[in-house]
Amino acid sequence: MGLQQSLPVERAAGGDRQRLDVREMLTRYGTFIALIVLIVVAALLSPRFLSPVNLMNVLRQTAIVGVLGIGMTFVILTAGIDLSVGATLALSAVMLAGTLESTGNIALAMLAAVLAGMAVGLGNGLGVTLGRVQPFVMTLGMLGIARSLAFLYTGGEPIPVLDRTFLTLGIGYLWKVPIPSIIFIAILIVAALVLRYTPFGRAVYAIGSNEEAARLSGIEVGRVKTSVYVISGFTAGIGAIMYCSQFASAPPIAGEGYELDAIAAVVVGGTSLFGGQGGVIGTFFGALIIGILSNVLNLMGVSPFAQPLAKGALIILAVLIVGRGRRG
Amino acid sequence: MNRNSPLLEVVGITRRFPGVTAVDGVDFSLRAGEVHALLGENGAGKSTLIKILGGALGKDRGTILLNGASVDFHSPADALAVGIAVIYQELVLCPHLSVAENVLMGHLPRAAGLGIDWPAANRRVAGVLAQLGVTIAPTTLVGRLSTAQQQLVEIAKALSRDSRILVLDEPSAALGQRDLEHLFGVMRLLREQGVALVYISHRLEEVFAIADRVSVLKDGRLVGHWPIGEVTMQGLVRAMTGRDLGVIGGAETDIAAPVRLEVRGLGRKDAFQDISLSLRAGEIVGIAGIVGSGRTELLRAIFGADQPETGEIEVDGVPVRLRSPVQALRHGLGLLPEDRKLQGLLLGRALRENVSLASLRRFTRFGILRPAQEERAVRALMGELQIVARGSGQSVETLSGGNQQKVVLARWLARQCGILLFDEPTRGVDVGAKEEIYRLIHALAASGAAVLIVSSELKELFAICPRILVMREGRLAGEFAGSHLREEEVVDAMLMGGRSDGTAAVATG
Repeated sequence: MGLQQSLPVERAAGGDRQRLDVREMLTRYGTFIALIVLIVVAALLSPRFLSPVNLMNVLRQTAIVGVLGIGMTFVILTAGIDLSVGATLALSAVMLAGTLESTGNIALAMLAAVLAGMAVGLGNGLGVTLGRVQPFVMTLGMLGIARSLAFLYTGGEPIPVLDRTFLTLGIGYLWKVPIPSIIFIAILIVAALVLRYTPFGRAVYAIGSNEEAARLSGIEVGRVKTSVYVISGFTAGIGAIMYCSQFASAPPIAGEGYELDAIAAVVVGGTSLFGGQGGVIGTFFGALIIGILSNVLNLMGVSPFAQPLAKGALIILAVLIVGRGRRG
Repeated sequence: MNRNSPLLEVVGITRRFPGVTAVDGVDFSLRAGEVHALLGENGAGKSTLIKILGGALGKDRGTILLNGASVDFHSPADALAVGIAVIYQELVLCPHLSVAENVLMGHLPRAAGLGIDWPAANRRVAGVLAQLGVTIAPTTLVGRLSTAQQQLVEIAKALSRDSRILVLDEPSAALGQRDLEHLFGVMRLLREQGVALVYISHRLEEVFAIADRVSVLKDGRLVGHWPIGEVTMQGLVRAMTGRDLGVIGGAETDIAAPVRLEVRGLGRKDAFQDISLSLRAGEIVGIAGIVGSGRTELLRAIFGADQPETGEIEVDGVPVRLRSPVQALRHGLGLLPEDRKLQGLLLGRALRENVSLASLRRFTRFGILRPAQEERAVRALMGELQIVARGSGQSVETLSGGNQQKVVLARWLARQCGILLFDEPTRGVDVGAKEEIYRLIHALAASGAAVLIVSSELKELFAICPRILVMREGRLAGEFAGSHLREEEVVDAMLMGGRSDGTAAVATG
């Protein structure tokens, strides 16, 4: 929960531990500082970067991975991981397109996408809690299952999405802001409030911090852990809605590798893979950093072959900085 | 055997951790050809001390002298290089490699070129094993060996590096009687060869069977050291548990008060059997017993953290089946766990979140937390328990041990539990905080709560409990109250099995 929550501590801390505070500052605000630095550098390197059109593009492109990252944050806060979100997005997308094709009902189609995502999440959650399968293994298995179901459903071909009203969701604007970005921000705000102001949010942090202590304090660990995977499935379903409405198509290969981008956003955002530390605000900045980085590399005409290198280096750097601050 | 000048001498060793001084100015000496037992309750500082000896932990102050010369270790390799080997409770062998590979790991004999001279390796290991009087083929895979045999392989590993000092950390915890006797045989053999052995165990009979000298640690300090012939079992228990007060006792039990908790015939495999007890409102009952007597397991089973197999539990006269801590909480039970870091605290989280964790519903309306209410309740508890912190937002990781313990206590006060199970409520807590915790427990009982306390410190139980139950080998071995509440009788009940029959081992569980 990094950003706002630290304020009372900082104030109460006074001046007694100056050196520690610098480190703490770096840990807490590191992601934000990195974002500012990146924006300044980007603006210097490419004059086109700060143009409104480009900025809106960045926001739109960040939305899908950002939304997946929010669900992923819940999972990682409990010291879990969800590798299945990209495949889940594909399954949700083809369910959406198929439902839209056969019924023409947009609301029903979006509901199908979200329910499919939540069903996959429920499977993950029950496997992790009742089945006691490690989250990594459970969601890796689910990645294969969901991806395969998407292929089987479509017979391997993309399903076109032609409904114009629906497509405005992906390409339209509201108050000059891309609609996907508005959805992203809305979900972000709800998620931040849930983590901070509900017993469920507290339980998520408690489990990630010390599962046994949480259990002995009467937290229903199984229920909470199952829920975070359902939330991750839900955000994958929302991601599918954004995907279909942006690309006017639902291919079974949709979202390939998105799980890694989502994890990267969470990690760059300062959430610990060991659970119990971090939050969705950080993930928001993390997703922006990754989005801006790709954007700048594109604007500068850097070879697409070299782009993953830059992204990879950034992730490692982020973890080095955050990890060092935390251990100190 | 008269080798009087010490081989190893430790002077004024001190090691601090945030909030607690684990080892505080300890002196310790070891002669060649002796078995020196190191005793102390959990948290007394034994493991910290041997980790320092083995180079796994650094020291803050103090000197280690080997043959009179000062040595300084920065890693276990440094300690090994001068001949000190520590064999920890968790063995560190590679199960998929052979005995010879494990014993000679890192210095396997080379054949011409890049190969390994296997015949030479096996010969050497067979030699070391023979020296121990052990018949294990050097080519056996370690994973196929029993725990007892694996321990011997660890010892062989240490000897193959010419270790002259061998530290054995609770080797008997995983051994049956026959394996233990074999281990003792090996230890005696090594003693005759002039090896110095440090032996750690909770089982006092073993100490009398094997040790030449004994040192007792308590709260990180050395209580004393004696030749084994000069101490009795009772004396050692007293030294470990630090009973040095007269009988204080608490308030008399009010037999008219309603019974809050009734336990009948409770049992759990390998931990405890046939435990019955009752606890009235306003009563403080202690459970005494040495480590492994089943005392912690009993509390956990009552709380639903582990499932008992037999017996029944009644809360306020109504039979209940507590399948999980959630259900126990609903019936008004609270458990202060034995190890606050592993089972109690959310270390990286704020004090506030730690305190309100078990009572979030109190601060929630329409599913939303009310931070102002929570803050008020937490502040009130911080004041009541005199928790020293910069504020309710401070991470509990940075609090001292005593304040951390008070945070876990505050969690159950916030929950307003009527039946409290306290497991080692003052472990690793300094004297001042201890007294505050005692005062608090009295206040809780005075306000009508029923309290059950497990403690390694008899002094503590005598100071706050008018009634003490004794557990031994997983069973109730006595109940003492009023004029029968005498230290000697309680200690006798804790030990009786071991005393009446010199060979009987105390069960672990």
